[in-house]
Amino acid sequence: MSLFKHFTNGLLKENPSFVLVLGTCPALAVTTSGINGLGMGAATTFVLICSNVIISLLKNYIPDKVRIPAFIVIIATFVTIVDLVMQAYVPDLYKALGVFIPLIVVNCIILGRAEAFAQKNSVPAALIDGIGMGIGFTLAITIMGSIREILGNGSIFDIKFLSDNAKTVLIFIMPPGAFITYGYLIAIFNRIKQKYNI
Amino acid sequence: MEYFSIIILALFVNNVVLAQFLGICPFLGVSQKTTTALGMGGAVIFVMTLANIVTYLIQNFILIPMDVEFLRTITFILVVASLVQIVEIILKKATPSLYQALGIYLPLITTNCAVLGITILAVQKDYNIVISAIYAASTAAGFTIAMVLMAGIREQLELTGYPKAMKGFPISLVTAGLLALAFMGFAGLVK
Repeated sequence: MSLFKHFTNGLLKENPSFVLVLGTCPALAVTTSGINGLGMGAATTFVLICSNVIISLLKNYIPDKVRIPAFIVIIATFVTIVDLVMQAYVPDLYKALGVFIPLIVVNCIILGRAEAFAQKNSVPAALIDGIGMGIGFTLAITIMGSIREILGNGSIFDIKFLSDNAKTVLIFIMPPGAFITYGYLIAIFNRIKQKYNI
Repeated sequence: MEYFSIIILALFVNNVVLAQFLGICPFLGVSQKTTTALGMGGAVIFVMTLANIVTYLIQNFILIPMDVEFLRTITFILVVASLVQIVEIILKKATPSLYQALGIYLPLITTNCAVLGITILAVQKDYNIVISAIYAASTAAGFTIAMVLMAGIREQLELTGYPKAMKGFPISLVTAGLLALAFMGFAGLVK
C-alpha cells in the first residue's frame, strides 16, 4: 500500500469515529462546541502521531509479552506532555475538556493503532497512519461539535448568528443530544457508504 | 446526609455513562443481554472501588509527599492495569465461583475509561478515603443500572424493524440518547 493510501485510510475507509467507532467517550463528551472538538482532536492527534512513531521505532526491542504495558507507558508519557502544555498555554480549553485530557491515555484509537499498525510497520508508514487517523478523528468530532453548537447554541466556532433571545434546541448541547447526533451521523455515513460503495 | 447525596448524585443525577460519558465502549459492547450486563457491572463495582482506595493511598502517601503529581496519569493507569491482573489471579485461587461469574469481564475493564476517570475525578474533588470508596461504588452501581436498562431495551429492539443504515451502533446510540433524556428527569433531586 502506498503512503497516500495509508493517509486516506484514516479519513474515510477506516474513519475512527464513524466506521471503527473507537474513542467514543471523548467524541460524545467534549463535542458541545466546534472549538472543543477541534482542541480535543488536536491533542489526540499529537499523542497518536508521537506514540505511533516511537512504538514503530522500538518495535524490535519491546518483548512481545509486555508490549501492552510498554505501549501504555509510551502513550501516557505523551499524554502528560499534552496535559502540561495545554494547562500552561490554553487554560480555558483545558478547563472545558477537563478529565478527558488525561483520559486520552485510554482512548482505544491510540492503543488500537499501536497494536494493529505501528508495531508491524515502518516508521514513515506509522507516521502517515497517525496523521491520517488523527485528522479523521479531528474532522469527525469537529463536525459533530459544530452541529451541536449550531442547533443548541445558535453559533459557529463561538460566533453567534442568532439574536440573544432566539430560542435554540437546548437539548443538543446536553448529554442526550450527544448520543442522538452521533447516532444519526453514523447512520448518514453508513447510508452514503452503501450508496457509493466506498 | 453527605453520603446519601453523593450516592444519589452518582447513581442517577450524574450517571457515569449517560451524563458523564465515561465507559461508553463496554456500555455499547456488552449490553446485548441482561445477564452479561449484570456480570460486567459486578466486575466494575469490584475493581472501581478497589482502584479508588489504592489510588487514594498512592496520591496522598507517594505522589504528594514526593512532589511528583505530574506523574499522576502514568501511575494511575499502571495501577488500574495491574490491579485488574492481581484481582483476576486472586479471584481464581480464592473464590473460583466468583471468578467463573466475573472472569471473562475482568480483562475488559483495563480499557474501561470509567475506572481511570473516576479515580482522577475523586482525587480532583479532594474526597477522603471513605467518601472516595463510596463514590466509586455508587458510580459503578450507576454504570450497572444504565447497562442493565440498555440491555433490556436492546433485547426488545431485536424484534422491531428499522432502516438498514441504522443497524448496530446508530440505533444503540439513539436509544442511549433517549435513556439519557429520561435520566435528565432526575436533575435537581439532590442539591
